[in-house]
Amino acid sequence: MGTLVEEIFSRKTGRTVKAGDIILVDVDYIMSHDNTTPLAIKAFREIGKPIYDKQRIVLHLDHAYPAPNILAAENHRKIFDFVKEQDLPYLFTQGICHQVMIEEGFVTPGAVIIGADSHSNTYGALGAFGTGLGSTEIAVAWVTGKCWFKVPETIRIELYGQTQPGVYAKDVMLHLAGLLGMNGATYRSVEFGGEYIENLPIHERIIFSNMSTEIGAKCGLIAADEVTIKYLTEQTPALERTKRPLEAIQPHNPRYEQLLQIDVSDLSPQVACHPDVDNVKPLQEVEGLEIHQVFIGTCTNARYEDLEIVASLLRGKRVHPGVRVIVTPASQRIYKKAMQNGLIETFIDAGCVVTNPGCGACIGRHGGVLAPGERALTTMNRNFIGRMGSPQAEIYLASPATAAVTALTGRITDPRRYL
Amino acid sequence: MGKAWTFGDNMNTDEIIPGRFNITTDPQELARNAFCEVKPEFAKNVRPGDVIVAGQNFGCGSSREHAVIAIKGTQVKCVIASSYARIFFRNAVNLGLPILECPEAVAGIREGDEVEVDLSTGLIHNLSTGATFQARPLPEFVLKIAEAGGIIQFLKHHDFQELMGQTGKK
Repeated sequence: MGTLVEEIFSRKTGRTVKAGDIILVDVDYIMSHDNTTPLAIKAFREIGKPIYDKQRIVLHLDHAYPAPNILAAENHRKIFDFVKEQDLPYLFTQGICHQVMIEEGFVTPGAVIIGADSHSNTYGALGAFGTGLGSTEIAVAWVTGKCWFKVPETIRIELYGQTQPGVYAKDVMLHLAGLLGMNGATYRSVEFGGEYIENLPIHERIIFSNMSTEIGAKCGLIAADEVTIKYLTEQTPALERTKRPLEAIQPHNPRYEQLLQIDVSDLSPQVACHPDVDNVKPLQEVEGLEIHQVFIGTCTNARYEDLEIVASLLRGKRVHPGVRVIVTPASQRIYKKAMQNGLIETFIDAGCVVTNPGCGACIGRHGGVLAPGERALTTMNRNFIGRMGSPQAEIYLASPATAAVTALTGRITDPRRYL
Repeated sequence: MGKAWTFGDNMNTDEIIPGRFNITTDPQELARNAFCEVKPEFAKNVRPGDVIVAGQNFGCGSSREHAVIAIKGTQVKCVIASSYARIFFRNAVNLGLPILECPEAVAGIREGDEVEVDLSTGLIHNLSTGATFQARPLPEFVLKIAEAGGIIQFLKHHDFQELMGQTGKK
């Protein structure tokens, strides 16, 4: 009984839990990556206890892989050695951790997954409780199999209507970030629902859960429904992994702290402007602003369908000579499909650089670092000062369509002009 | 007694320590670049026992513990903020960085004020103005971790179940 987060935690603990309860929960999977695993290994050594269940530990190398410098290489070495020493079954090097977690079937409705990465909220799009934690807590979960939580209050966001052509889920989410602000859902579970969400395919639902982090949320949940079950069954090995039927989970007689109802029908393309993710403006207010780098990538917007939109806008054209355009598919599987269907060829012919899957330019360490005074338009989820390199650079966030047409003109451009 | 260093709302983890410095986990090394973009003079002049005073949603953004480690490396006595972002809050508790939540103190302390903090009672005294403030008490199980000096120390001597007030079986 209750909100989605109360439902998930009640099932997990075997008793009815309510917002405000402090609970100790058995976690299904414990995720960490090359940036956060070395610290977890350090904490693990300090705790000095054995691993509770190896099958629950999932490691990824994605933040700086292959290593761009000696320190990153040393971090990777530490992880390789640890995996060997502890005989861990899961180490992935095939793309962005959150995408690979989904592709590999670790994310299922009702699962509790903690990750040493703030965008672990992503798993909420498939009805799992996913949340980000620090490395030390990851090590604690390695040895205990558990994590403590205060069951959060819930903000329900009901979206209805249909977006106009040229307006995408990313625009809707950016609009919500502007509306709620980066502190708008701190400590809260955000439940996204309503007919607009129900009609969205998984790759677009993910954007909402992924970016719930940017408004401070503990988790960003979407009720698992037939779309979820179909996706997991057809696209992932989730069934083989869980070895039990996948269940739709809905809220039951929920009590919400706050309920927002928003019609998306009249929304125009949105841009989150430098320097905050909640500095969101309708695109026309910043149209024409010169851009030096366009980056299409990240756990928010580098799925096959995103790349397809970009390719459809770039096909047979050349990107503007004044702009560097970087395309980083979220995973090897997406990269391969994009290659098989000619998307990669389209990007290369248009003058884009296509990089290997991973976090890429999003973390400002390799593959597209910005110089002082430069301005980037990206499909990322956050635009913190200095995130992509120089603190004197500016980052603007938008949809893949906006990114594609901006690549063509070298200036922030409304994708509706190209429909 | 220490000097107050004030910061605004929504101070994110990249502002506390930019991602490009997170190739190390050495506290002193990280501390050298703490707040380097928002307050370049901080890292050079901060003294052990000083206090960081910040607005709402302190530590939002990444899950990286480097932000907490960098602050610990500066040897400030504690952070006083109006509120904390959730991962930062957990990380600070887990790593034994004292954090106090007190919007009244944040409103009543200015940059450079001399501040005295009693961590056991949560009493904050602004010696420059004479005002005193009472910080919100931490939840009991959080206090248990904090008293142990962080989650690692806690786990060395206790069963995880004890956090929930149950007697754990070793």
